Amino acid sequence: MNGAAVISYDDVVAWITAFAASVRDQKDYLTALDSAIGDADHGINMDRGFQAAVPKLAGLPNRDIGAALKSVGMTLVSTVGGASGPLYGTFFLQMGAATAGREAISLDELVAGIDAGIAGIQRLGKAEPGDKTMLDALLPARDALREAAASGASLGDALARTVGAAEQGMVATTPLVARKGRASYLGERSAGHQDPGATSSYLLLKAAADAWSGATAAS
Amino acid sequence: MKKLINTPEHAVDEELAGMVAAHGDLIKVIAPNVVVRKDAPRQGKVGVISGGGSGHEPMHGGYVGLGMLDAACPGAVFTSPVPDQMLEATKAVNGGAGVLHIVKNYTGDIMNFELAAELARAEGIDVASVVIADDVAVKDSLYTAGRRGVGGTVLAEKIVGAAAEAGADLKTVTALCQKVQDNVRSMGMALTSCTVPAAGKPTFELGDDEMEIGIGIHGEPGRTRMKLATADEITEMLATPILDDLPFKSGDSVLAFVNGMGGTPLMELYIVFNKLAQILKGRGIGIGRSFVGNYITSLEMAGCSITLLRLDDELTRLWDAPVRTPALRWGI
Repeated sequence: MNGAAVISYDDVVAWITAFAASVRDQKDYLTALDSAIGDADHGINMDRGFQAAVPKLAGLPNRDIGAALKSVGMTLVSTVGGASGPLYGTFFLQMGAATAGREAISLDELVAGIDAGIAGIQRLGKAEPGDKTMLDALLPARDALREAAASGASLGDALARTVGAAEQGMVATTPLVARKGRASYLGERSAGHQDPGATSSYLLLKAAADAWSGATAAS
Repeated sequence: MKKLINTPEHAVDEELAGMVAAHGDLIKVIAPNVVVRKDAPRQGKVGVISGGGSGHEPMHGGYVGLGMLDAACPGAVFTSPVPDQMLEATKAVNGGAGVLHIVKNYTGDIMNFELAAELARAEGIDVASVVIADDVAVKDSLYTAGRRGVGGTVLAEKIVGAAAEAGADLKTVTALCQKVQDNVRSMGMALTSCTVPAAGKPTFELGDDEMEIGIGIHGEPGRTRMKLATADEITEMLATPILDDLPFKSGDSVLAFVNGMGGTPLMELYIVFNKLAQILKGRGIGIGRSFVGNYITSLEMAGCSITLLRLDDELTRLWDAPVRTPALRWGI
């Protein structure tokens, strides 16, 4: 069990800010991945959404993690478009609902929040593991995080395992034939390309690990 | 990238401002990326809305006006619009008789329109949706996102818009839109790729002697890449899967629609139509109405799509009904 509060409101803001910077940095890469099997807009759309989401965090009245995540989710739904807008938007809205009113959360609560976010993506997108989607990075990452938390791992160790699992899942999308989203129109031709959504999902978790590398000291 | 734009970021905004400057007698922009008919809302008339990424001009903004759409929600280039736009449009065109959303079958469009419909219903507006999925290049199975909505969308918007203009109620208009979907099939091909302004380079590379068969309308690669063939051979490759799918039978009358992807001259579209007419004649299928031009495009992509709609008296009458929009105008 990992019930001690280790992730503060400032950590959550730092995570979102770090992911926004990562998306901006990797914008062309994500778009290039999407050019191969989609419609060449994933990096552009995610960047538009997070550039809009970050400034709004500074104006929030309380240090409420749930409210911050909800604000990110609403902004993504309203600015990203495509499938990524509703899917990433839902992830943050659901994670926000699970952490509503909290100024700091424990590793167990992080697991619950991420679990709620991923469940939201599954409900909306109806994808299964192996469909070559963002879930192929998120599901193994969630399982690794949950296992690490249950085994009493430190935040840093748990996040390292999470990111490792996400990266493996992301790389493993390459040989898959897409069964959801625009890449599915390509049929067999979608194999041999890494999924852009799984890639941005990996970056999302990597941003948490990077932003929170100092957070374990606070526990 | 060689384009007649100022900056990629402002391309869609400036396009819409230009449309209003040119066609202010027909349309207005009431919120960012929400194009509505000048005289909306019309009391007692069902509102008809569509939307989708930009880059398919004249779809959808060019089809707003009398006898077609009441509003269009263009997204960023090739990106579905966001629920805020559809909600805004739905409220703006609701004349008390409800609003129909005509949605093309793409994962993003479906999700965003669904969210908007829920929000609009929460505000007490009666909203119905019909999904257009007419592209036979995509197998409709559990293993894909389902068929894409392509050329059939333009025909659905015209026909449904005419019925709404004539005073049909939401239930009737919705059933009619589904009837168009049930009787329309399409397939497209590309001679060149296209460049999303914000991406700056072509979505895919295609050799001088190659073509993509089974493309959608977002510059995405198709199902197969082949050596370039003649116009007649290409027309066969597109028409045969369409005809066999519905299937269209001897004695049927169709609306034959040859659409350019944006970068193909009308000369070539008529060469395709010539062969299509021969193929249809050979199968004993009559051309009740014909429609040729760039009506649902992928930026500057060269290529074409063929759409066939099986006609009956009702669909023919509604197709012929007056329409007055920036891109389509007849009978008025």
